[in-house]
Amino acid sequence: MTLTDTQPQGGRPAAALAPPAIEARGLVKTFGETRAVDGLDLVVPTGGVYGVLGPNGAGKTTTLRMLATLSVPDGGTARLLGHDVVAEPDAVRSRVSLTGQFASLDEDLTGRENMVLLGLLLGLGRRRARARAVELVDAFGLTEAADRQVKTYSGGMRRRLDIAASLVVTPDVLFLDEPTTGLDPRSRNQVWDIIRALVTAGTTVLLTTQYLDEADQLADRIAVIDRGRVIAEGTPGQLKASVGGGSLHLRVADPDERFAAVRILSEALGTEVAIEADPAAVSARLEDAERVAHGLVELSRAGISVSEMSLGQPSLDEVFLALTDHPATTPDDTEEAA
Amino acid sequence: MTATTTPPSPTATAPAEAPVAAASVLAVLASGDRPARPGPLSSSLTHGWRALLKIKHVPEQLFDVTMFPVMMLLLFTYLFGGALGGSTQEYVQTFVPGILVSTVVMITMYTGVGLNNDMQKGVSDRFRSLPSWRPAAIVGALLGDAVRYTIASVVILGLGVAIGFRPEGGVPGLVAGVAVLLVFAFSLSWVWTLLGLVLETEKAVMGTSMMILFPLTFASNIYVDPETMPSWLQGVVEVNPISRVVDAVRSLMAGSFEASQLGWVTVAAVAFVAVFAPLTMRRYRLQD
Repeated sequence: MTLTDTQPQGGRPAAALAPPAIEARGLVKTFGETRAVDGLDLVVPTGGVYGVLGPNGAGKTTTLRMLATLSVPDGGTARLLGHDVVAEPDAVRSRVSLTGQFASLDEDLTGRENMVLLGLLLGLGRRRARARAVELVDAFGLTEAADRQVKTYSGGMRRRLDIAASLVVTPDVLFLDEPTTGLDPRSRNQVWDIIRALVTAGTTVLLTTQYLDEADQLADRIAVIDRGRVIAEGTPGQLKASVGGGSLHLRVADPDERFAAVRILSEALGTEVAIEADPAAVSARLEDAERVAHGLVELSRAGISVSEMSLGQPSLDEVFLALTDHPATTPDDTEEAA
Repeated sequence: MTATTTPPSPTATAPAEAPVAAASVLAVLASGDRPARPGPLSSSLTHGWRALLKIKHVPEQLFDVTMFPVMMLLLFTYLFGGALGGSTQEYVQTFVPGILVSTVVMITMYTGVGLNNDMQKGVSDRFRSLPSWRPAAIVGALLGDAVRYTIASVVILGLGVAIGFRPEGGVPGLVAGVAVLLVFAFSLSWVWTLLGLVLETEKAVMGTSMMILFPLTFASNIYVDPETMPSWLQGVVEVNPISRVVDAVRSLMAGSFEASQLGWVTVAAVAFVAVFAPLTMRRYRLQD
């Protein structure tokens, strides 16, 4: 299935002239018998956020590692800002940064020492490396924790320090591998704010995520990957449109009226309505969210009162079901081994 | 969590997590100039600095270079020294340089363990993604290890002298002996860096290195005079590189200079680096 509309995205005329930020053709990476990445094609325009959406084991991390020169592809080619990842790794490394799924910091050292260390390795010189460390820990709200060992940091602080570590020298392309997985909502919002600020400053961000919600919030374009290949690509709008209008969850005030509600709703929505484990709850997948209003009117006309109602976006599972006819789970997590 | 106008008050009992201000993140991104890539020496020294910082933050890791050798030296000298060397005093004269070599050679294996740990934790991903001289991470770690070896040497020689070790070479002999040992240890470490990259876990690295090092240090001239051994074992001791290093260190500390012994150590050191450093770097580059 392809969702790519051939219309170029408006507002980025420069992208037509300069090479795309990322251009991968037929990337392959195998681990033993497993083809973790299996002929992956990806073109990411310069500027903005590009989301790579997929379940565990889909090949997201492996792809990112190849693009960031940490892993050598077994097949295919990839160019970053025009530089080949295999032939010119140093040119790529000087333009990109990767913030991995697991903090790539020295846990025995303090946050500040980590920043100074990277500054020195990047050639800032002692004085500038120290100054840069102060700027970064301040900007990321880590001033108080700067002189504590990283192993004492919370998950959210660690993630912020890790992103800061990728910005010691501002990269043109930043890879973020599941930047919010395992974070509490507050920390997640902080990371989202950071990503938006990065994009405003002109950095191209490629982020992987398991959450459609996150891709929808941040990304200008999304590639859905499954079993090492891109199975759909497009704007969040295009992607969701292909899946349907999302899902309706509803609780009736009186559980005895639930079956009546199922009957009325399935007629009004023109779709199957399921009962849930909660004795008062029903749910439905929607083709067309517009018809929900009609359904609610019908319920109230029948004298059934509704205690709770929510309209959800299609979940990643639903996107996957729609795109692949199999749920978003794979038997082996090849990514973890990488 | 938008741009806050009030800076966090330093007087308040502020939590460690201050809010992230989008504006301040934007501000730190302003600088666009790319610094020149630092040279191999500078990068290696920076990684060496990292190793020293780790010693500062985790001083327990010096346990194996201080307490362990002290224990070994005292145990062997007083428990077996009389039986093995005629008298404790006599035994100490040959045993101190020997246990020095044994200790330093044994702790070279932590180089591989440390590198393996970096790979597991993901911090080496960070280093490998930088546009800098790649061997620096390993060379720097080895420089940091040289500091640990020096500490161990000072501890052993200090205690050795305190319990009666009287080298004829004096301080220059001791310094020369330690220097030769450091060169050998540095080159031997490349064997463990390769192991650290090839093997999956820290435990496997440790176990494998022990399996090589334990027989190698015992089947040598460190603890016992080889003439008391069966002839086949004397043959083993003879070709064991550790014995040759011990010979060189003993000679230097005794104040004599034997070109053939030093030449042998040099050849061994060059050979270890020439074979194992490229293998290590190849593996480091191709690591997934």
